[in-house]
Amino acid sequence: MDLFLQQTFAGLAFGGIYACIALAVVMIYQATDHLNFAQGEMAMFSTYVAFTLLHHGVPYWWTFLLTMAISFVGGVLVERIIVRPVEGTTVLNEVIVFIGLLVIFNSLAGWIWDYTIKPFPSPFPKEAPFGIKFIGPHDFGVIGVTLVVLAVVFLFFRFTPVGLAMRAAAQNPDSARLVGIRVGWMLALGWGLAAAIGSVAGMMVAPIVFLEPNMMLGMLLYGFAGALLGGISNPVGAVAGGFMVGVLENWVGTYVPFVGSELKLTVALVLIVTVLMFRPSGLFGYVVVKRV
Amino acid sequence: MALLEVANLEAFYGQTQVLRGLSFKLEEGSVTTILGANGAGKTTTLRAICGMVRTNGEVRFSGERIAGRATESIVRHGIAHVPEGRGTFVRLSAEQNLKLGAYSRKDAAAVADDLERVYQYFPRLKERRHQQAGTLSGGEQQMLAVARGLMMRPRLMLLDEPSFGLAPLLTEELFRILGTIRRERQVSMLVVEQNASLALGIADEAYLLETGRIVMSGKARDIGRDETVRKAYLGY
Repeated sequence: MDLFLQQTFAGLAFGGIYACIALAVVMIYQATDHLNFAQGEMAMFSTYVAFTLLHHGVPYWWTFLLTMAISFVGGVLVERIIVRPVEGTTVLNEVIVFIGLLVIFNSLAGWIWDYTIKPFPSPFPKEAPFGIKFIGPHDFGVIGVTLVVLAVVFLFFRFTPVGLAMRAAAQNPDSARLVGIRVGWMLALGWGLAAAIGSVAGMMVAPIVFLEPNMMLGMLLYGFAGALLGGISNPVGAVAGGFMVGVLENWVGTYVPFVGSELKLTVALVLIVTVLMFRPSGLFGYVVVKRV
Repeated sequence: MALLEVANLEAFYGQTQVLRGLSFKLEEGSVTTILGANGAGKTTTLRAICGMVRTNGEVRFSGERIAGRATESIVRHGIAHVPEGRGTFVRLSAEQNLKLGAYSRKDAAAVADDLERVYQYFPRLKERRHQQAGTLSGGEQQMLAVARGLMMRPRLMLLDEPSFGLAPLLTEELFRILGTIRRERQVSMLVVEQNASLALGIADEAYLLETGRIVMSGKARDIGRDETVRKAYLGY
């Protein structure tokens, strides 16, 4: 039973990280119908920014907020300068730009900070509160931080005029323009928000997997799996999917003997293929039905 | 000075020219209708005014040049375009749709008043205000689209086939409300309509469009009496 609880909560911690990435991916997908393959590398790059800030003595939580802010601005700039020229051209154009961004951020990080593995601190106390035994202190903190971030994002989209305008712009760009919404800027804002949410995932996972330019590659796969499982058309579903993938991955790794920790990433791929085969809209996704 | 002045307006979809030099004026507080067969360029005329297609020529709104500007800047001058097929935000609630209509306004208190007023015009929308727009009936969605346009407090409304897909009773109801809105709020309207007799009933001026050109213009009641128009568009 202890093992089960331990694995479940550790899974929830990773699930929170996947949920952040899934949400970031879905936000851009909703507005553009494309998966941003560079989402993970942007998060990795943000984590290096945090690493540098910490290195210069900025306290952790200031670093955390500053990194989110810098990532937000970075995301907006990437959209305005690099992505915008190919928007609405062909699918292939956009996908190639996304893959290009992935390679660029990966190489840039290696070039600036080199490829050696770096330790990244956890901001949480050495022991979990209330003497809880079945969950590590960092895992406990990760669940808390990701839940807070996801809640803030949810409130933003639910209750602020800008959040509402962003949803409108994603759903129906033409009608959004007709009520005076600057759709182009909403898209840029979406990129900024996605980058900021991704940076949280990066900073939370770095203490576990250590900081290096390739640390987010696997994470991105899990994020995709979460987004697909929950439903790529439904942000709340994607978040739920992220948590489910985290837990599922740990259960399978623990209880299915031949999987172990080596084949865990396969779980994500199997999930992606299964969902696409049997329920392409995901568990909570909207099935697009057109009236004629 | 006319509220809307269009001169030598041409519009293109890719290489295809759809409007071939339209010129007309719309006075403040008046209702103008554009009649014509399918493919004559009625919808394109409205889209061209709002900068949703590539255009040449001149469009002035209350004296200011608006041709060539971005749609979102044009509508902020006070032009509410109610597109054909409604264009509601189907996964947002009816009330969120209405609030988005007032997105460009900064006067929150007046927006709240207008929301109440719009609910008086369309009581059905008040009943359904928390329902997702996509789950409303066709008629309710059309009402929602018009109501969303009103939330902008527009000086000009561009109405594209407001009777599209509506039962005759609902269509009558909608045009009655449009008449009320026009009287009470002095909103000018440019109406594109398949149902020519309804449109002529509400309009002061009328233009007849054929393959991207204006072939006839005049007072709505004169056009309504014209023999050729009656035969071609009114069907009696």
